[in-house]
Parts: sequence; C-alpha cells; structure tokens
Amino acid sequence: MSVLVLAGTADNKVSKSAFEAVSYGAKLASDAGTDFNVIAFGGASSDDLNGLGAYGAKAILVEKSLNNTQPFQMANAIVEVAGQVGATMIVVSYDETGKAVAPIVSAKMKAGLVAGVVDYADVSNGVVVKKSVFSGKAFARVKFNSDVAIIGLTPNSVGAKEMAGSPDVKDANVSMGDARISLKETKKEDLGGQVPLPEAELVVSAGRGLKGPENWGMIEELANELGATTACSRPVSDLDWRPHHEHVGQTGLAIRPNLYIAVGISGAIQHLAGVNASKVIVVINTDPEAPFFKAADYGIVGDAFEVVPKLIEAVKAFKANN
Amino acid sequence: MKILVAISKAPDTTSKISFTDGDTKFNEAGVQFIVNPYDEWYALVRALELKEANGGSVTTITVGSADADPIIRKALAIGADDAVRVDAGPTDAYFVATQISEYAKDKGYDLVMVGKETIDYNGSQVGGLVAGMLDLPYLPNISKLDVAGTTATAEREIQGGEEVLEAQLPLVLSASKGMSEQRIPNMRGIMAARSKKLEVVPAAAGEALTEVLDYSLPAAKSAVKLIDPENAADLIEMLHSEAKVI
Ligand SMILES: Cc1cc2nc3c(=O)[nH]c(=O)nc-3n(C[C@H](O)[C@H](O)[C@H](O)COP(=O)(O)OP(=O)(O)OC[C@H]3O[C@@H](n4cnc5c(N)ncnc54)[C@H](O)[C@@H]3O)c2cc1C
Repeated sequence: MSVLVLAGTADNKVSKSAFEAVSYGAKLASDAGTDFNVIAFGGASSDDLNGLGAYGAKAILVEKSLNNTQPFQMANAIVEVAGQVGATMIVVSYDETGKAVAPIVSAKMKAGLVAGVVDYADVSNGVVVKKSVFSGKAFARVKFNSDVAIIGLTPNSVGAKEMAGSPDVKDANVSMGDARISLKETKKEDLGGQVPLPEAELVVSAGRGLKGPENWGMIEELANELGATTACSRPVSDLDWRPHHEHVGQTGLAIRPNLYIAVGISGAIQHLAGVNASKVIVVINTDPEAPFFKAADYGIVGDAFEVVPKLIEAVKAFKANN
Repeated sequence: MKILVAISKAPDTTSKISFTDGDTKFNEAGVQFIVNPYDEWYALVRALELKEANGGSVTTITVGSADADPIIRKALAIGADDAVRVDAGPTDAYFVATQISEYAKDKGYDLVMVGKETIDYNGSQVGGLVAGMLDLPYLPNISKLDVAGTTATAEREIQGGEEVLEAQLPLVLSASKGMSEQRIPNMRGIMAARSKKLEVVPAAAGEALTEVLDYSLPAAKSAVKLIDPENAADLIEMLHSEAKVI
C-alpha cells in the first residue's frame, strides 16, 4: 500500500496546485499509515521540486523529457511507477493536466477515478471521498470499489499545508511509449501578470451591468490594487467585451477563490454554479432584488460607477496603512 | 469520415437540485432533461459540420434507459444520422466508457467525440477512459478542430492560453466551448428524426468501480451583510478584519 501524487508542472515550474496535491497526499499517507511518493514531469528545476518537501514530499521521481501535451505517455509512466511503488491511492490535481491523464491511468489500471474531490478522504473503511456534483449545487460521498483509487482533487479545495521535510529527488527511468500528439504552437493569453483564474485567491468579476467594454478600466484597477484576477459573466465574453478565458459559470470555469467580488452581475443560477464555492462573496448591484444577493456574504446596493472608484481608493488607503 | 458522438441526458441548468430515498437518489420529479450542453453544442454540432464538409456519417451513442430516448431524438433532429442506446443505467464513468468502447471497438470510427464534462456529475472522464480502453490518442478539452485527410489539428485550452496540437485519426477528443455554435432543430429535422434509426443494444459485461453513498446540499448561507454605498470603503476593512480574506 502506498500513496502516489502527480505534481503538475507548467512553464518549467511546479504548479501551485501541485503543492496542494502533495500536501493532500502526505495527509492521506499519514492517515492510512502508508508510504508516500511523488511523480513529476517536465522541466522544473531540482530546487523548485525540492520546495515540495515543505509540503510533505519525501521521494520525488522525475521524468524531465515529458511535457503536458502527451497524456498517454504521462499515463504510461504513472502506471509503471504506480506498479513499482505498489500505489493503492493516486492523487492528481484535477486541472487540465489531471483531466487529460487521470482517466487514461484509470482505464489502464482498472482503477476507480473520482473527479472533483473537495475534501480529505476518509480511509477508515475503504476509501470514501466527497465530490462536488450538479455543477457545484450539491455534494456526493463516493466509495471506491477498486484495488487502486484515483482521487482527482479540485484545485484550491483544501489548500496546501506546510510541514517540514526535504525530499529525495530521483530520475524516474520509465518507459513511456510513443508520442502520438505533436505540439505545433503554444498561444499564451496576455494575463497582464495576473494569477491564472483557477489558481486565483482573489477575483474581481463584472457583468453586463457595466454596459460596455470601455468601462472595464476600473475593474482592472480594483483587481490590480488587490492583486486579484479579473473574471466575467458569460454574456460579457459572448459579446467579446472580455476574453473567453475570463468566463466563469456552469459553461465556463468553475472557481473557488477566497474572495469573489461580483460587479453588475445578476447572479443567474448558471453563473452561481461556477462561483458559489468561493469562500467570501461580495455583490455590487443597483437592483436590491438581484438574485446574487441571496448567495452573497457582503452586498452593496448601488451603482458600480460610484461604488468601484470608492473601493479602489479604500484599497489604496488600506495598503498604505498596513 | 465516420464519427461517433457520445451524448448524455442531463438536468436542465435551471433545475432545482434535491434528493430522495434518504439522500441516495437524485429527485427527478419536475426536472426537465436536456442533452448535456457540451455534448450537444460542441461535440455533436462540430461532428455534423465535419460530415457536411467531408462526407461520412454521424452516429450518437448514449448509455441509459428508455427515458433517454427524448434527448436522443433531439440529437437526431439536430442532424445525427442514427443513434445507439446501450440499455443500461449509467452507474459510473468507468462503466459508461466500457460500454462505449465495447460498442465502438470494431466499427472503424475515425473520430469518437464527447463533451468535456456532464453538468450533473462533472467528471471529465469518459473521453480519456474511452481513449485508454481503445488505445487511441486523446485530445482533451478541445475548443477548435479541423481535419484534413487523416490529420486532426486541434486547439486545447490550457491555463492562460491555448496549445495547437496535431494527431492522426482515429482518435478520441473531448469538446469544450468555442468548437461550434449551437444549432436549433427545425421542423424538418424534428420530422425526420422520428424515422431515423435508434438502435437499442444490450449492455456488454462491465462494472462500476465507484459508488455514490449519499448526497448533500451546501450549508445555507447566512444572510447578506449590506453596506451603505456611501460607506463603500468600509467593505475593505471588513474583508480584512472580519472575513480575513485580504
Ligand atoms: C445553458 C446555459 C448556460 C449558461 N452558462 C453561464 C455561465 O457559465 N456563466 C454565466 O455567467 N452565465 C451563464 N448563462 C447565462 C445566465 O443565465 C445569465 O444570462 C448571465 O449570467 C447574465 O449575465 P449578467 O449577470 O452579466 O447580465 P444580466 O443578467 O444582464 O445582469 C446585469 C446585472 O447588472 C446590474 N446592473 C446594471 N447596471 C448596473 C450598475 N450601473 N451598477 C451595478 N449593477 C448594475 C443589473 O441590476 C443586473 O442585475 C448560461 C445560460 C444558459 C441557458
């Protein structure tokens, strides 16, 4: 019995979600009283990988030649390493790498996979996890009935807990099979230095209430002052007022930041589905009957064009004093 | 080009979610069912566009009981040529993928397309599972797809951007927003759908590897704390000292 965690990398760095997955795996291994190994792919430096030690990683196997575009090769490598270390529980962050790779591992190992897990596993009697269902409107407790359990952890659900330790980093030396997909080009959106939305802890989002794309300056300014990432409702991205990668909701990104500030968004059920797991929700809307207020922790019934500039000033003052 | 599109039945996005039988079953009373949006708007419509451009056929496959037939008829009305229903409850993603793979394995499909996730169980699993089971290349989370001869060129959404990928048919892909525009079935399509073939096949041997024990709803939010717009600045202090998020 042992726990194996996939630590994702992107742009030659260990992903933020990898720290969370590693700390989740460390807790799982300690709850179940088993060994704990980490596998990583891609060009992250040894120093960067060593950083995972502070979240409980003890042994890290790296396959540097592989990048995220090869789900089959990554899956083959994971299956082989899982066999070597006798993994009975595999943890992956269910981000775009996890979604590409974990189902293939599941098929190849005939291992059950539960995706969208939002809490620590209960290992007192088999393996039982809590996952989000109906696009964030409910939860399910799911039990694994397979020898190997794959846990697809929702990013930013339990957070990364620091603990002492320095890992032993080794080359994985696995056979991966042929690459069947070729990467022709990578197009990066200009995020203007913002944290990508799925990893963002603070989000400032705006909707059709802002009337037009020319009015987003104050939203960007508020986000910049807070160190937050910008998001938007679906009509706003459909109208091309904002880029598609900002669209949150049932048919866009589902996010769970610590703070979600919604400006001029009505709070339709499909919008809420993507954001209602946020820890604190602030709603700014002229309409006191806007459904979003029912899902909010803090609300300001007022005109965004008056309220947001005040908030920007308040954040500046707050930063000057703290 | 021979294309298989997996479509599933999902509760309408505005459905009220509740449970019965001691919170072990989804309460379907009063719930309107739709074709899972990612399967319909993106996978199915792009499959039809590819067929229109290159010739071939589009077959849909659904794992479910007869109560899925209305949404299958809708897919036929939008333009699929024929449909298959594997007559079994969709117990978990592994079971569903086993059924799709068993059906597809010796039929020579060039493309197997699925939506990137269902809006009920949100698993994002079936595409990768089918690829793994059939040992075909997998293009996940694809927002743009073109096929020339036997080469597929696809854009995959990644954090903060897109990757342009290329792979040889046959392959499996999961479709996300951007791949095509929704099509509303017209009267002719709806009439034609009535006489299109919907083949019901028995389930192949297969098992579920996971099992739902019970469901729960999120804890109710306490009432919103309203701040006067004149004192909007107070919010920042509250977010710091009270909510402790900044
Ligand atoms: C199948 C399906 C899937 C969908 N998926 C999504 C999804 O993923 N994400 C999503 O967001 N939507 C989604 N929608 C659309 C959703 O139903 C709503 O139409 C949408 O969220 C509304 O966007 P909005 O709140 O920006 O605009 P509106 O509903 O037009 O709301 C604008 C709000 O701004 C307020 N307002 C106006 N002026 C001001 C001002 N000066 N200051 C402050 N407030 C002001 C108004 O009172 C109003 O509440 C989906 C719909 C369907 C049918």
